Amino acid sequence: MPVPSREGAPSGERPQRREGGGGGGGRKQYFRRRKVCKFCTEKIDLIDYKDVRLVGEFVAERGKILPRRLTGTCSTHQRALSEAIKRARNIALLPFAAGA
Amino acid sequence: MRNYEMIFIVRPDVADDEVQKLITQMEGVVASAGGKVEKVEKMGRRRLAYRVEKQREGFYVLFYVQGTGDTVKEFERRLKVTDAVIKHMTVCTDEILQRAAKFKTLRTKQEAKRRRSKPAPAPAPAAPPAPVENAQA
Repeated sequence: MPVPSREGAPSGERPQRREGGGGGGGRKQYFRRRKVCKFCTEKIDLIDYKDVRLVGEFVAERGKILPRRLTGTCSTHQRALSEAIKRARNIALLPFAAGA
Repeated sequence: MRNYEMIFIVRPDVADDEVQKLITQMEGVVASAGGKVEKVEKMGRRRLAYRVEKQREGFYVLFYVQGTGDTVKEFERRLKVTDAVIKHMTVCTDEILQRAAKFKTLRTKQEAKRRRSKPAPAPAPAAPPAPVENAQA
């Protein structure tokens, strides 16, 4: 899967993005809303592994941790988040690998 | 003494009063091992994300404990021996809380800075009096 470039260089045919993010407006093909870190904007200092609803947002359908480039999380919070997800997995609040 | 968060999952077919009995028993374990129970929280019956000992559901119990390594050791040993408990985990919350507190102070500082620099966007001359104000905040 080719890495989506930041500035949409108009090169003929490229696979459409499959999921996530903005993708609003058909004018510019690769325009995306700038994503910001949810934990920074909502001022969440402590990412709690017990808060499944919050932490579960950053997990893909199959249970994988979503990358920063899809969610827009800042690096500090992504690190704390991945720890929280791993803890939640350990105590069966989140799956290690969800069924298809 | 450190702060710990001990979470364990009780089998779903255990009756509520049995769970309560187990909780009081574990409180006694903490006390006898030189620890202090700060709070006990019953998170209730939840669906497990994956099967644990052939169970798909479980009753989550959360202990907030202050204690030493020996407290944790004894607590975990008791949980392992207890058949009704299917899974447990201990998290030392000291670092997490510290980090959260750090974020909080950092943010309040930044907000104060922003508010101050808004009328006159010149951060360089405003730097020297900054530490005094931050200490008050």
